[in-house]
Amino acid sequence: MTYETLTDAETRDLRALAGLMIPASATHGVPGADDDLIFPDILRSLERDTADAKTALQQLVTLSGGAFSDLTAERRGEVAARFKQEGGAPLFALNRVVLLCYYRDDRVMRSLGQEPRSPFPKGHVVEQGDWSLLDPVRTRPPMWRRV
Amino acid sequence: MHEKVDVLIIGSGASGAAVAWSLADTKMRILCLEQGDWVKPTDYPTNGRDWEARLFGDFAINPNRRARETDYPINNGTSPIQVVNFNGVGGSTIMYTAHYPRLHPSDFRVKTLDGVADDWPVDYATLEPFFAENDRVTGVAGLEGDPAYPHHALPMPPLPLGKTGKCFGEAMNKLGWHWWPSDSAIATTEYDGRAPCINLGHCTPGCAQGAKASTDVTYWPHAIRAGVQLRTRARVREITVGPDGLATGAIYYDAEGKEHFQPAEMVIVACNGIGTPRLLLNSVSARFPNGIGNSSGLVGRNLMFHPFAHTYGYVDEPIDGNTGAQLSLWSQEFYETDRSRGFVRGYTLQLHRGAGMIVDAIANTARGFLPWGEAHHDVYRTIFNRKLGLSAICEDLPEEHNRVTLDPVLKDSNGIPAPKIEYTLGENTKKMMAHGVARSKEILEAAGAKNVGSDAPMLNAGWHLMGTARMGTDPERSVVNEWGRSHDVKNMFIVDGSIWVTSGGVNPTSTIQALALYIADNIKRRLADATLFD
Repeated sequence: MTYETLTDAETRDLRALAGLMIPASATHGVPGADDDLIFPDILRSLERDTADAKTALQQLVTLSGGAFSDLTAERRGEVAARFKQEGGAPLFALNRVVLLCYYRDDRVMRSLGQEPRSPFPKGHVVEQGDWSLLDPVRTRPPMWRRV
Repeated sequence: MHEKVDVLIIGSGASGAAVAWSLADTKMRILCLEQGDWVKPTDYPTNGRDWEARLFGDFAINPNRRARETDYPINNGTSPIQVVNFNGVGGSTIMYTAHYPRLHPSDFRVKTLDGVADDWPVDYATLEPFFAENDRVTGVAGLEGDPAYPHHALPMPPLPLGKTGKCFGEAMNKLGWHWWPSDSAIATTEYDGRAPCINLGHCTPGCAQGAKASTDVTYWPHAIRAGVQLRTRARVREITVGPDGLATGAIYYDAEGKEHFQPAEMVIVACNGIGTPRLLLNSVSARFPNGIGNSSGLVGRNLMFHPFAHTYGYVDEPIDGNTGAQLSLWSQEFYETDRSRGFVRGYTLQLHRGAGMIVDAIANTARGFLPWGEAHHDVYRTIFNRKLGLSAICEDLPEEHNRVTLDPVLKDSNGIPAPKIEYTLGENTKKMMAHGVARSKEILEAAGAKNVGSDAPMLNAGWHLMGTARMGTDPERSVVNEWGRSHDVKNMFIVDGSIWVTSGGVNPTSTIQALALYIADNIKRRLADATLFD
């Protein structure tokens, strides 16, 4: 399946928006969503959400009165706050792609104590637990209705 | 023209696989047509780093989003619940959670006990040996002694309790409410050639380990070794009938779109509660102008989902998150009718582990918890791996206006009319959901959770598709008889969830498969005494 690509102007606006959604944090030692590795992943991953992304970015241009990426930081914040309120389903789809690329970045995963790897084949350890916790339930009489 | 077979099964999911396996010992010529492909273990998302992203792409649960060639579109109309499924060998068992409760004895007698809907023409005791056989073939893990059920043996020990389970268990004990490790169709030890669960995370996107009992790794290998033929990429358009009113076979399209006719002595439909009425309604002839087997006018009507009322909250310390099967505990505290609650029938509470990093972020954005800007990181770190979730899986009562019809415009890639869903929530269900949310909040409070919220009903939760070709003894009030044979077409059977009379309040796969084995057993017995087509 082939999908449309974003124009250069849309790409610039999306990068500015992504960096505003999830900025880099020195406190947590993590990049922002506009990072040189993460942002290209976002562009590649739009796929079936491309149409929604374009709709959302067009709305962003309308709210900005021009290119969002050309606005001052203060003005970007104001426009983004309104966009978050009014963006609806297209913005949610766009936000979803930003999140799904951001939270699979190795640096971000490590900062949250996660191993950057696929679940298979290593799997995970879940503690067996203490089934004596069930003892009060074991003593209950049958609860099901006899028919 | 293909060689005629004795038995043509349409659909290779939960019920189609079970009936194929059971009939294999007759040595009849059995063929199953499946519109999808085999899914290889290496295809599953958990093989790759992009595993969570694929839940929104080629492994999305909603077929309209997934949009594979092998999927058909569904017009969900204004329904508050969207149909989710999978099309391929194993059907929706590929993507189910493998939560595997049985219906309870009372579920088969709702009219007698509670004065609503109808009693089933079969009961729990009749199905009990087929439940046991199904548990053995499937491989079910769990803990015997649940006071919410008649005693039944379980072949494997339960899934681990984990940190999340401990939180829930302590909260439920504080409230004095029932909870128990679920019957799960997941191997916890080596079982019938399958490796045990290694906790890849949620089971919904399919199991790369092969521990989850999807029917492509349970029934099908045995059925194929016993001589059953399974033909993939064969999408059935219609069941055909002869001048005597008996089914003669089916017309299907292959992967290249070429039309075929497959003749058969007997046709068994196993396409689920949406696919089955769609196929029957598309099978129009001079004899059956309103669709095959539809003299009652009930094909497609009485659609039942299980409306899910999901409630969640966040604890202070990290718990299991995405590690381990999502569902491994249940509560049946509110399952049986108590009229003082203001509704009849009841629900199961599923007690969930959390989600992966991405799904957690997306869900919490949707809930408005996760801000943009500098605060994003701090807030995310207070919610990641800290979620406790519960779903009340509510019994849905049959109502004729809830139904599947054929969409006049929407078609699949072969030009076959797509299903259209017309569905509204009943008043009894709404009260039940509200009760489930309220009790779930009490549990979360007992567990010390904060930021409690709910989604009721969950939109993308139309997993359980029931009632659209109901069984019964009265041909005017049902589509198939008490052993799954069409009242109208004596060599056509239906074995999937569409034959359910009522929905119960549990995940249906175990009971769907037990019913399929029961119908197969009836077919075999009646073949032996030559009464099958009487």
